Amino acid sequence: MAWTPGAWVEARRAVEATIRDHRPRVLSGLFRVLGDLQLAEDALQDAVAVALERWPADGVPRNPTGWIVTVARRKALDRLRRRTTRRTKSTEVALVAQLERDEASVDDPPEIPDERLALMFTCCHPALSEQARVALTLRLLGGLSTPEIARCFLVPEATLAQRIVRAKKKISAAGVPFRVPPRALLSERLSSVLAVLYLVFNEGYAARSGALVRADLCDEAIRLTGILAELMPDEPEVLGLQALLLLHDGRRAARVGAGGGLVTLEDQDRRLWDRARIAEGAALVQRALRARAIGPYQLQAAIAAIHGEAEQAKDTDWWQIVGLYTALHRILPTPVVALNRAVAVAMAAGPAQGLALLDAPQIAVPLADYLWWHAARADLLRRLGDAAHAAAAYERALRLVTNDIERSYLAARLAACRAIATT
Amino acid sequence: MKYLLLIYGDEGQNQDVSPEAMGRWRKVTEDMTAAGVLLGGEALQPVATATTVRAPGGKVVTTDGPFAETKEQLGGFYFIDVEHLDDALRWAAALPASEHGSIEVRPVMSFD
Repeated sequence: MAWTPGAWVEARRAVEATIRDHRPRVLSGLFRVLGDLQLAEDALQDAVAVALERWPADGVPRNPTGWIVTVARRKALDRLRRRTTRRTKSTEVALVAQLERDEASVDDPPEIPDERLALMFTCCHPALSEQARVALTLRLLGGLSTPEIARCFLVPEATLAQRIVRAKKKISAAGVPFRVPPRALLSERLSSVLAVLYLVFNEGYAARSGALVRADLCDEAIRLTGILAELMPDEPEVLGLQALLLLHDGRRAARVGAGGGLVTLEDQDRRLWDRARIAEGAALVQRALRARAIGPYQLQAAIAAIHGEAEQAKDTDWWQIVGLYTALHRILPTPVVALNRAVAVAMAAGPAQGLALLDAPQIAVPLADYLWWHAARADLLRRLGDAAHAAAAYERALRLVTNDIERSYLAARLAACRAIATT
Repeated sequence: MKYLLLIYGDEGQNQDVSPEAMGRWRKVTEDMTAAGVLLGGEALQPVATATTVRAPGGKVVTTDGPFAETKEQLGGFYFIDVEHLDDALRWAAALPASEHGSIEVRPVMSFD
């Protein structure tokens, strides 16, 4: 095929599409063979450069992904050969020998098995720090660049790059396995994967500063959870997390008011909710619950589904939510869950009952410096008509807030309470 | 891959040398041997028996005691050869000391 500008544009698009859609699969396949994430990434980059050069002239290959994998393996082999002359390691010599044996023709590239799941478990291995898990997952499975991730988590780019490099080195040096863990380890390891995906979503949903919602991170978390659900369809907690994310995401548009302010669930214009997304989430919860292996994500999703069912805030079935929080607190007996349960009790039985629970030492002591404990108290005091104490609680909350949008929300509530208190 | 399982514990607290405890140590060691992963391992004398040597500029300085005073002391080690980190972690968790102290799992650097 002759080189033409049209062919060039078309080839470039094909390369981009292949990488966008198949990068994690290609990387996981390379990592399995090479045992070195850095080498896998470098080799992939080399292969993309070759594709950009060759595809405009030769045409887009029949199996673009396989073509990339084959070329990347060859490039990895080149890199290893260069490296081995300097400092020969027996393991690398063995790897070179194996790669040479396996070297396939570019015309007949192999089918690549789907190893994204194994890559997810490697990236989320508990031997890595939580931040490294999140960063690696976004980098290798989400395809976000290091500067993008650094921006999301408000850390200097150099710091994040350093963390990623260190984590990749640890994976190789400490022998973190590339596999889906066996049954005995699965629940512990899966909870680490789910926690990472949940963290990514939350980072996008409740951004700590700047814009209130960072849609790209929410979308990425939902996409990755969707892949996980597709690869592990029988794990109810995976479905539970997927449901939870969809249900929260369905309310995204209503959560930010005109002028960018935070709108609480109670005050949201429910016509802005994405009903299709919420229905999809609700159906997933039902499916997950049928497996009769209750877990925290399923319960949180069930709570979100009940909110999603209510046409208006006043239609909310708060007693059912209290029941679900009680069940959640049995599995996850944390003060924050107790706080949420207390708020649900306030909505079901009245603010005085809720406030009594909030002020119980089991909640009040550990959450004394927790923004939302003060905000919840303030809200219940306001509902009880005690504007002066409500204002004091909002002041405490305001001292703890870090997000500008949340700050302006709390400041507006405080101003309203002060206005009532002085009249 | 080869790993060193470094067993740390509070010497003052953890002196369980009951026949039951010794039996559990023996069992793990036998299991490691049966699995063909055990390369070596020892229990160490208390840290009070330690001597630290430094030779800055070639001048040998010998001092009584450990390199660092810490709450948990190195009490022994196992040296194992397993497939990957997960296997090493599984053996570490099987050591009775993991209940009271902590086991540091360190991969061995290879220079081959």
